[in-house]
Amino acid sequence: MGDAAPATPPGSRRIDLRTLYADSEIGPLLAELDNDLVGLEPVKRRIREIAAFLLVTRAREQLGLSSGAPTLHMAFTGNPGTGKTTVALRMAGILHRLGFIRKGHLVSVTRDDLVGQYIGHTAPKTKEILKRAMGGVLFIDEAYYLHRPENEKDYGQEAIEILLQVMENQRDDLTVILAGYRDRMDRFFESNPGFRSRIAHHVHFPDFADAELLSIVEKLALQAEYRLSEEARVALRDYIVQRRLQPNFANARSIRNAFDRSRLRQAMRLVEIGAEISADDLVMIEAADIRGSSVFANSLPKSSP
Amino acid sequence: MRLTQGTFSYLPDLTDAQISAQIEYALGKGWALGVEYTDDPHPRNTYWEMWGLPMFDLHDAAGVMQEVTACRAAQPQKYVRINAFDATRGWETVRLSFIVHRPADEPGFRLERTEDRGRTIRYTLHAYATDKPPGRRYG
Repeated sequence: MGDAAPATPPGSRRIDLRTLYADSEIGPLLAELDNDLVGLEPVKRRIREIAAFLLVTRAREQLGLSSGAPTLHMAFTGNPGTGKTTVALRMAGILHRLGFIRKGHLVSVTRDDLVGQYIGHTAPKTKEILKRAMGGVLFIDEAYYLHRPENEKDYGQEAIEILLQVMENQRDDLTVILAGYRDRMDRFFESNPGFRSRIAHHVHFPDFADAELLSIVEKLALQAEYRLSEEARVALRDYIVQRRLQPNFANARSIRNAFDRSRLRQAMRLVEIGAEISADDLVMIEAADIRGSSVFANSLPKSSP
Repeated sequence: MRLTQGTFSYLPDLTDAQISAQIEYALGKGWALGVEYTDDPHPRNTYWEMWGLPMFDLHDAAGVMQEVTACRAAQPQKYVRINAFDATRGWETVRLSFIVHRPADEPGFRLERTEDRGRTIRYTLHAYATDKPPGRRYG
């Protein structure tokens, strides 16, 4: 990335975005993102925009146009289990391949990792984490817990100040991603305007639709080398509808847990049969494995077999 | 007299970019970096003051450079060095150590001769700086 030769006016120099795109290997990465992550259309669009912007910034750099390091700090908002952490991990990969962060690792922290227990404990703790995240992405889950408006002596404020300082002065050394529920994040940003202005990308993660949750389970099953029978699929569809009505529904996370429990029930069922079983039996998840869930126990009898 | 200790000691002082590159190398090897400072330059003085704890689990030189900069700012008239510790079984020792900052004026060493039995001469080094109490050496 050398400086442009002063002899040629910048307007006449050309650069092929396609070669740049190919060199950055960003294509396969985005394709992977499309394949591996179900749904999340607005998020994917946003990531594609960011990737395109980074590519153009790089092209500008190569042509010697002014391009000051772009602000890459992001805020991910959304309900639990909507893939914020997963996307953050991908983000580290994308930024790394584009050459905007040097190492491409993700350091995932919460309030406990940043804020100390007594006076003078917070700053070293926060700095330690920041040092560890240098060259990569610092992912702060449930960032709003850093700010406790009801307690003005709370050490969280100290961590926030250090964070803000590093976010501003060492933009090319690390990227910060804040994540949390939307309403609480909004309130957090209202009380910390410094944060809002330092974060360029606000990305909202929508809840998954029922069909998307189903295809998530299918992907999980495929990865774990299980198969769902046709009836199991129907049962799963019922399950998703029922589970959504219950408290603490955490989107993909709930569904993944449900899938893991159905594997347990399948194992139990096979052991109880006790006879010779085939490989097909070992991979197949039947409707009974799903209908055995306690979610169905509390629901109306019409959906149980 | 310019103090020559550790790796690269006969090269001109490393620039920050060069120091970063060395740190990257050490991190790539999985060594833990530590920053230390002293105002007693005697070659046998292996116990320098630690500037914070050694840094484990780092991925990037920027974190170490931050500490180096902070240490230089706090101890401008002392020697600052970086140690890279290899915790691998069988090594468990410092693999790389080099000076990253030195006082503006280095008075150097005096050679001391002590006459021993049978007119044997024993030699030792004495740093002029250590004639003054700690904290008041190097201006």
